[in-house]
Amino acid sequence: MHVPDGFLDAPTSVATGVVAAAAVGVALRGARRELDDRTAPLAGLVAAFVFATQMLNFPVASGTSGHLLGGALAAVLVGPFTGLLCMATVFLVQCLLFADGGITALGTNIDLMGVLTVAVGWSVFKALQLVLPKRLSMVAPAAGVAALVSVPAAALGFVGLYAVGGTADLSLDHLATAMVGVHLLIGIGEAAITTLAVGSIVAVRPDLVHGARRVLETRELVVRAPAQAQA
Amino acid sequence: MGSPHGHKLHFHGHSPIHRAPAHLKILALLAFVLVVVATPKHWFAAYAVHLAVVVAVVAISRVPPTYLLKRMVVEVPFVVFAVLLPFVAHGPQTEVLGVSVSESGLLSAWALLAKGTLGVLASLTLAATTEPQQLLLGLERLRLPNLLVQIMGFMVRYLDVVTTEMHRMRIARESRGFTARNPRHWPVLAKSAGALFIRSYERGERVHLAMLSRGYTGRMPRS
Repeated sequence: MHVPDGFLDAPTSVATGVVAAAAVGVALRGARRELDDRTAPLAGLVAAFVFATQMLNFPVASGTSGHLLGGALAAVLVGPFTGLLCMATVFLVQCLLFADGGITALGTNIDLMGVLTVAVGWSVFKALQLVLPKRLSMVAPAAGVAALVSVPAAALGFVGLYAVGGTADLSLDHLATAMVGVHLLIGIGEAAITTLAVGSIVAVRPDLVHGARRVLETRELVVRAPAQAQA
Repeated sequence: MGSPHGHKLHFHGHSPIHRAPAHLKILALLAFVLVVVATPKHWFAAYAVHLAVVVAVVAISRVPPTYLLKRMVVEVPFVVFAVLLPFVAHGPQTEVLGVSVSESGLLSAWALLAKGTLGVLASLTLAATTEPQQLLLGLERLRLPNLLVQIMGFMVRYLDVVTTEMHRMRIARESRGFTARNPRHWPVLAKSAGALFIRSYERGERVHLAMLSRGYTGRMPRS
């Protein structure tokens, strides 16, 4: 769900815009390292993929359904910098071409649902990779936990921004409880779908999953002894 | 998809608003919405002026108002939030239709609705009067990093390809008798998402190779 115009006051909106611009600047450099001159077409296609999966509805119960946010998924699949670029591009396109999410709230949306989910998701994922055994089967569950943590983290980030620049007179305790409570549930769905999706990609093309590279590199080439010559 | 150019919100036309340079339109939208957001909640007259400005621009653009109104559904979740606000906010209470609500909450709900609606209406007007290609050129003129504009260009260009690919996968699932009804069906949908990622990524690699073979050096040729 995108923050619209007028939810946060003007100074906060401008400040989040500056933070988002700086983060995108850093990501542009980082993505060059992750993808070199393939950055433009690949990040563009992955952004289109993120946009499309946000339209894929997962039925929950009795007619309600939810969809993926995709921050942690993008970070695990294409790396944190490219992932952030993809998310930022998705929000930019949604804002300018689909009027979804206010233009003054663009910075807020990029900061919360792009920078925060990607950064938190990627840190959790990396931390888990250090702890868990270095096996390919561990990539999908680690991505799931990263997704689980990233969604309430974004909700908390929103509460923090609201404390600084909120326009309505709400009790922050209540807001924090409600936001984190709801987003914990959303996070569980996000975690399940991210685990399943990453699992299915790792099963077919593990080489495409950025988060699985370390695990793939530890595989050793085994040179088998030539077959015995027939007598 | 159906039309060779334009996107789902674009409304073809030749008004002065359609012809205005995209970078000016983006700047105007940003400035206008910033002013709206900065307007104090109780300056009711100022909001009337803001609305008059948007209505005037829509009138000049000759985009049918119903076309824009139908597409304002993106706002619905926040209307729900705004309606709840008077009941959960703090401060002195007041009576409306026999129900006790928070005064400041009521004012905030009004401001949220007014600002959100003006923002959505203004953004819709930009989207309806500007073609994606013009928008990209405008962003480039606004000194958005070239790489970011390129990424956005590729996303816009392949958006329909990727979403129709997903649509085809849904038709394939449904023609085999599958309908997702509850979370037990998530593995199937998640596998579709996984397959969509692989197809998108591989398409990206093919596009890159095709570009290299046509002499791509990291910048897009001017069109």
